[in-house]
Amino acid sequence: MIRKRKKDLNFWEKIYIVEILKGLKLTFNHLTAPKVTLEYPEVKFEQTPSYRGMPVLVLDENNKERCVACGLCSRVCPSMAIEVQAAETQDEKERYPEKFEINMLRCIFCGLCEEVCPEEAIVMSKDYELAFTNREDAIFGKDKLLVPIEQLRDRIEFLRKNKG
Amino acid sequence: MDIMQIATISLIKILIIVGILFTVVTFLVYFERKISAWIQDRKGPNRVGPYGLFQSFADVIKLLLKEDIVPEASVKTLHTIAPILTLFIAFSTYAIIPIGPNIYLFGKEISLAVADVNIGILYILGLTSLGVYGITLAGYSSGSKYSLLGGIRSSAQMISYEISMGFSIAAVALLAGSMRPADIVASQSGLMWNAFIQPLGFITFVVAAFAETNRLPFDLPEAEPELVGGYHTEYSSMKFAAFFLAEYTNMIIASAMISLLYLGGWNIPFIEKLGLNYNLQTILQIGAFLFKIGFMIFFFIWVRWSIPRFRYDQLMDIGWKVMFPISLINVVYVAILTMIIK
Repeated sequence: MIRKRKKDLNFWEKIYIVEILKGLKLTFNHLTAPKVTLEYPEVKFEQTPSYRGMPVLVLDENNKERCVACGLCSRVCPSMAIEVQAAETQDEKERYPEKFEINMLRCIFCGLCEEVCPEEAIVMSKDYELAFTNREDAIFGKDKLLVPIEQLRDRIEFLRKNKG
Repeated sequence: MDIMQIATISLIKILIIVGILFTVVTFLVYFERKISAWIQDRKGPNRVGPYGLFQSFADVIKLLLKEDIVPEASVKTLHTIAPILTLFIAFSTYAIIPIGPNIYLFGKEISLAVADVNIGILYILGLTSLGVYGITLAGYSSGSKYSLLGGIRSSAQMISYEISMGFSIAAVALLAGSMRPADIVASQSGLMWNAFIQPLGFITFVVAAFAETNRLPFDLPEAEPELVGGYHTEYSSMKFAAFFLAEYTNMIIASAMISLLYLGGWNIPFIEKLGLNYNLQTILQIGAFLFKIGFMIFFFIWVRWSIPRFRYDQLMDIGWKVMFPISLINVVYVAILTMIIK
C-alpha cells in the first residue's frame, strides 16, 4: 500500500513536542519488548535451506564422490578459490578429482560453483564457523570437503526447486 | 568554626563526592549501554560479571592499557591540556550542587554541597561556559579536519544555547529571589515546582541542557556519520576516557541542575504534614533528589534513542529563532508573575 505523504505539518506537529512525546512512548514500549539477541556461542541460529555457508563436495549414497572433475566450478569462481586436478577412474563416470582444494580465505560464498555444477556435486553447506590461525589451515582439501549427502538433503531439494 | 575545621570538612566532602561521581559515571556507561540495548530489542552487555555489571571496569582497564597516540600534526601541549581541562571543569562544577538539605552531625549544621555559595547558579553557568574551551581546544590542537569541524560546531552550539539557558535560569532566580541552590529549592516547596509554574522555561532549559552536554539530538560535535568521531577523533587511551568521563559527568550535572531548578530539588510535596522527625525526613529527601536525578539521566538516554540528530542549520535555527524568543517571553511572564505574588 502506498501512503501519500501529508503536504504540510499541522500546528501540533510543527511545535515538535507532541511528536517527540509520541516517539518517546514508542521507544519506551520497546524497553520491555521481547529481545531478539541470540547469545552466540551458546545459542546458534537455525539456517533456512537458502543459506549459503561453506561450499562442500557431496558424497552420494554409495559413499562415492559425485564430482567428475570437469573444472567448471574452478572456471566460474570469481575469486579463484577452487583448484581441481582430474584423474581417470574405472567407474562409470570415468573421471574423478585427484586433488580438490578450496581456499576458504578467498571464497566469497557467492554460490556460483554450486550453480554451475552439472552433477550437483558441490553445494553450499550451513557451516559458517570458519576461523583459522594461519593461512595454510584455510586451504581445505578433499578430506575436509567431502560431506555425506544425508546432511545436505534440504539444500539439494532447495536447489532442485529453484535452480532454473 | 575556625578555618582548619572548614577545610577538613570540605576536603572530606570533596573526596566523597569525587569518589561517588567516579563510581556513578562508570555504572552510568553500563546503564546507558543496557538501556540503549533494551530500546533496540537487544540484551546489552552481559558477559563481564553478573548481568555484565563489571563491563565498564573492563573498558576502563582496556583504555588504560592502550597506547596513547599523539598525532604528528597536533599542537602537543594543547592536545594534552584539552582533556584535563574538560574533566576538571566537569568535576568542579559539582562543588556547589547540594544533594539534600543541611544535616546536623556532631552538633554542627553541615551543608551537603562542597561550597554553599550564594551565587551558586552563576558559578555553574560560568564553568559550563568554560567547558567549551576543552572541546574547542581538543578540536583545534588535533591537527585533523574532522576534529576541527567538531570543535567549531561545539563552540557555535554552546554559545547559542548558553543564551536561552541563561535566560531560563534568570527566570528561576527572579522567582526565587536568590541564586543559592538551597533557596531556589526552598522556593519550590509543595507542588510549586518551577516545571509547573513556568513550563516554557522548563522546556527551554531542558533543550539547552541537551545541547550543552552534547547529547543527542544535539550531538553535532561528535556526529559519527559525518565527523568520524568529532573533536575526540585523534584521542586514544586515557585522554579519550577523560572526554568520555567528562561527558557523563556533565550529564549528571545537567540532570542535577534540572532537578534543582525545575523539579523541586529534594522537595517531596507535603512531606511536612506527615510529621516525621528531621533526620528521617532528610534521608527521604536525599533519596527523592537522587531519584529525580536518576530519572533525568534515564530521560537523557531515552531521548537519545527516540529523536534523530538535527542538521547543523536546524540546530542554529532552533537555538536563535525559537529557544531565544521563548526564553525571553518566559522571563517577562515570570516577572509579571512575581509582581502579582509580591
